[in-house]
Amino acid sequence: MRAVDAVMECLKSEGVEVVFGLPGGANLPTYDALYDAGIRHVLVRHEAGGGHAAQGYAKATGNVGVCFATSGPGATNVVTPIVDAMMDSCPVVFITGQVRTDLLGTDGFQETDVIGITMPAVKHSFMIQHPLELPRAIHEAFHIARTGRPGPVVVDIPTDLSRADIPYEPVTDIQLPGYQPTTEGNTKQIRQAAKALASARRPVLYVGGGVINAGASAELIELAEFGKFPVTCTLLALGALPAPHEQWLGMLGMHGTRTANYAMDEADLICAIGARFDDRITGKLSEFAPRAKFIHIDIDPAEISKNVPAHIPIVGDAKNILGKLVKEYRALEGVESSRLDPWWQRIHEWQAKHPLRYEDSVDAEIKPQRLVEALYEATDNGNCILSTDIGQHQMWAAQYFHFDAPRKWIQSGGLGTMGFGLPAAMGAKVGRPDEMVVCLAGDGSVQMNMQELSTCAAEGIDVKVVIMNNGYLGMVRQWQELFWDKRYSNVDMRDGGEWPDFVKLAEAHGATGMRLSDKGTLVADLREALATPGPVMVDVRVTREENVYPMIAPGQAARDMVG
Amino acid sequence: MGEPGTKELLSLEELEASAGLRTGRKHTLSILTENKPGVLTRIAGLFARRGFNIDTLTVGPTDDPAISRFTLTVDGAMHPIDQVTKQLHKLINVLKIRDLEPDDTVTRELALFKVNADGNTRGEVMQICEIFRGKVVDVTKRSVIVEVTGTTEKVEAFERMIRPFGLIEMMRTGEIAISRGRGET
Repeated sequence: MRAVDAVMECLKSEGVEVVFGLPGGANLPTYDALYDAGIRHVLVRHEAGGGHAAQGYAKATGNVGVCFATSGPGATNVVTPIVDAMMDSCPVVFITGQVRTDLLGTDGFQETDVIGITMPAVKHSFMIQHPLELPRAIHEAFHIARTGRPGPVVVDIPTDLSRADIPYEPVTDIQLPGYQPTTEGNTKQIRQAAKALASARRPVLYVGGGVINAGASAELIELAEFGKFPVTCTLLALGALPAPHEQWLGMLGMHGTRTANYAMDEADLICAIGARFDDRITGKLSEFAPRAKFIHIDIDPAEISKNVPAHIPIVGDAKNILGKLVKEYRALEGVESSRLDPWWQRIHEWQAKHPLRYEDSVDAEIKPQRLVEALYEATDNGNCILSTDIGQHQMWAAQYFHFDAPRKWIQSGGLGTMGFGLPAAMGAKVGRPDEMVVCLAGDGSVQMNMQELSTCAAEGIDVKVVIMNNGYLGMVRQWQELFWDKRYSNVDMRDGGEWPDFVKLAEAHGATGMRLSDKGTLVADLREALATPGPVMVDVRVTREENVYPMIAPGQAARDMVG
Repeated sequence: MGEPGTKELLSLEELEASAGLRTGRKHTLSILTENKPGVLTRIAGLFARRGFNIDTLTVGPTDDPAISRFTLTVDGAMHPIDQVTKQLHKLINVLKIRDLEPDDTVTRELALFKVNADGNTRGEVMQICEIFRGKVVDVTKRSVIVEVTGTTEKVEAFERMIRPFGLIEMMRTGEIAISRGRGET
């Protein structure tokens, strides 16, 4: 059988039900094999859209996403999704075409060293040098992408090799002697962690995306509720603890709640679970949680003590470890959760004094925060999967939308990729067709992968896009206002006219377009938009100059939050 | 303090963080990798993007043709060595890493020195060469090439001695290392 047909067999045996991609010269054989392979293909309009869609699919389902791209520009167009997937530990296999082996290194047409370009940002990559390597490489790629700390894997296939005739036998034994992720946490360390938690007077559970990846939400809830521990989540982990919840402090970090950040600041013990102490979380590192000792649970040993030295490191799978930790904690004698009463009292004081708040308009003007709240209402208290782009709208969504389950919040966290939201929503909808999928976008971000609206229309992918339109690159404007003397350099998207007309554009892409600007009818209008069949794009005009607060200013400590 | 396995709770004050520290000395890492294309690039790239400096790096085959050995020296005063090894371990092609204990390790490097040596100074150069058990491998009327093998310290000491005569060129291989005793490195 042709090597590419063997690739299709591999994909099927890996359970691949859909591929996002775009054909070109160097992956013609792959697409020929795909033609009657019985795998759904979503023909994207730009490879970056394909990569982000595969990410959205992976984030919404927990399965490995797959993206095809051709050589050269096709491959370079997926570099952003690859880096994005790496930053957020998202399992995606990228299969790229490459020029014929006899052209390699000659600067052939559409030749690029995709392995070299992507090397710093992949979990692993395979440059196929012999057709017989292909089946094993594909299976190993999936194994590496989905196990341990998940991540992107690139398989680059020269076009001549993909046409070679090879015998195909299913590969059942993965041989990766250098790749043995630790999943079982060390029992002694877990016991130690349970005791530390029992001794703590001001503990906080600091939860990251690893809990979502590990499917450890149930174990987290059990630990938190049994121990009465306060919980805060990173951007990526929202939904790990169902919100609202009485032990929920809100998101932490740069635009987190004051309560969450103050609790971190005063904590005596922080238990980090699948989180990596990113600078958006810690603020000024030297003043981060100065009184705290740290338990750090992570599947990736290199994350432990990378930014903040851990006192009790536990390497392994969060689900496995949290399950054991709850058991150990329950077995301890004489541990009264009433010892945390003063701590909870302090937390409740903060919550009462510093709730998230904004000043609503007195007229029909829609405040951006109000739009998020209205969207929450219109989706029957967040009964949907929500993706966003990057910027102010994303932070307001994180603050004012509540997530009651994992995998309902599709984000580009680490890389912060504008243009992520729409294709990611598309991928999420393909993976979970029975859920309502909404993309809350910024008017700046949405234009970066707008073309995928055509894909949605053509493929019947029912995605609702709500644009929070303030006519600015809002977050950049906010920083220029606060830190650059209000010198608004190149952030006004309406400078020179209000382009594009999103309603007309939606229609041109085969979607329904709507424009909303009245606060009074906002919820009803949104309900109508969401109930409209097929892809819909709603242009919601909001207050132009509104800032995201509270905020840890760059380089400052959490306790010095402003706004 | 509450030991694991006992019922005693522990006091948070006694907890200490041990990782992420700088050791302040040179480390010699012996790394076994699969002999696959791109492994050197992956290792070099990892060091570059994480901001780790490689002091010396040698690569060569082992007794198993499918496996290569990298010997790499890093300054533990500049970088937390556990971070370096943990990041290296994340590379799929890396099989094993040993941070070699200086006392239990034999290290060697090879250096070639091209030195000014005319009729007046050749004798003296040869004498220094002899003290260091170096070997003259090429002679012209005005220069010699000396081959020196030894630890980094020895090679550097030789360099200091020979430099005043006029060092035209010097090449060093970087360290290779093997652990003492019968056990595998």
